[in-house]
Amino acid sequence: MRAAVIQFPGSNCDRDMAVALDKVSGHNKPTQIIWHKESGLPSGLDVIAIPGGFSFGDYLRCGAIAARSPIMRAVVDFANKGGYVLGVCNGFQVLTESGLLPGALMRNAGLKFVCKDTDLRVETSACEFTSGYKAGSTINVPIAHHDGNFNADTDTLKALNDQDRVAFRYVNNPNGSMEDIAGILSENRRVLGMMPHPERLNDPLLGGIDGNPLFESLANAMVSA
Amino acid sequence: MIARVHVTLKPGVLDPQGAAVRHSLGALGFDGVEKVRQGKVIELKLSETDVAKAEAQVNEMCEKLLANTVIENYTVEIL
Repeated sequence: MRAAVIQFPGSNCDRDMAVALDKVSGHNKPTQIIWHKESGLPSGLDVIAIPGGFSFGDYLRCGAIAARSPIMRAVVDFANKGGYVLGVCNGFQVLTESGLLPGALMRNAGLKFVCKDTDLRVETSACEFTSGYKAGSTINVPIAHHDGNFNADTDTLKALNDQDRVAFRYVNNPNGSMEDIAGILSENRRVLGMMPHPERLNDPLLGGIDGNPLFESLANAMVSA
Repeated sequence: MIARVHVTLKPGVLDPQGAAVRHSLGALGFDGVEKVRQGKVIELKLSETDVAKAEAQVNEMCEKLLANTVIENYTVEIL
């Protein structure tokens, strides 16, 4: 698997994400980290990850400025051509702001920054990101965000449900997110945005390995493709 | 020319910050505040001198960046 991580000023999970991707890539080349001012992507990429953090200081709206940076035009093109894109936390916010995923992430209903391990229910295993999990199973993954309150109109929610595009739901909603949504898929199921951090949970030393199946199933899919 | 953009949450979108402000006003003794909705004001200084053109430009800016039309409405005022 050839993966790259996009780095914005204020990204802070870029290296964790690269480590998680390196671990499953199947080769010794380190995952490339691409600065936001680049206008093009290296050729031959399978997966692009948009990491967590506070890109551009969360100015205007979380992810809004990052979503209009030069590299994101290339990422949108990549996704539209069927490339795989994973956005975690701020990365999820960037994906909704760029239009690759529907809805918006608003201030947590409790107004507080929430940083804790949360139980997630895997809602679908019918995509390359979650095929390593059993649908209906519960995993424990950390969250750390101030704006993870997923909001969408009723038509969008209906489409997400009807098309089996809700990837994860919170077991105990920590942020007011509509229908407990923690992560969603694009229509072609190749773009995943999620608030919880699977890249922070891929080694027993980090407190658990519930994030591993996500990266492993993605890498396996890239090998067989 | 100055353009002033008001960005507000769409009706029906929950505004936890507005709710917290309302609560705080109540704690200060301001009774009778039934609802608070928080938004933002963005002022732009433009080189454009034609009002209609300026308005069109700022509308486009709102659509592309200044507002997230999934959850927000905006109005443009040319001063």
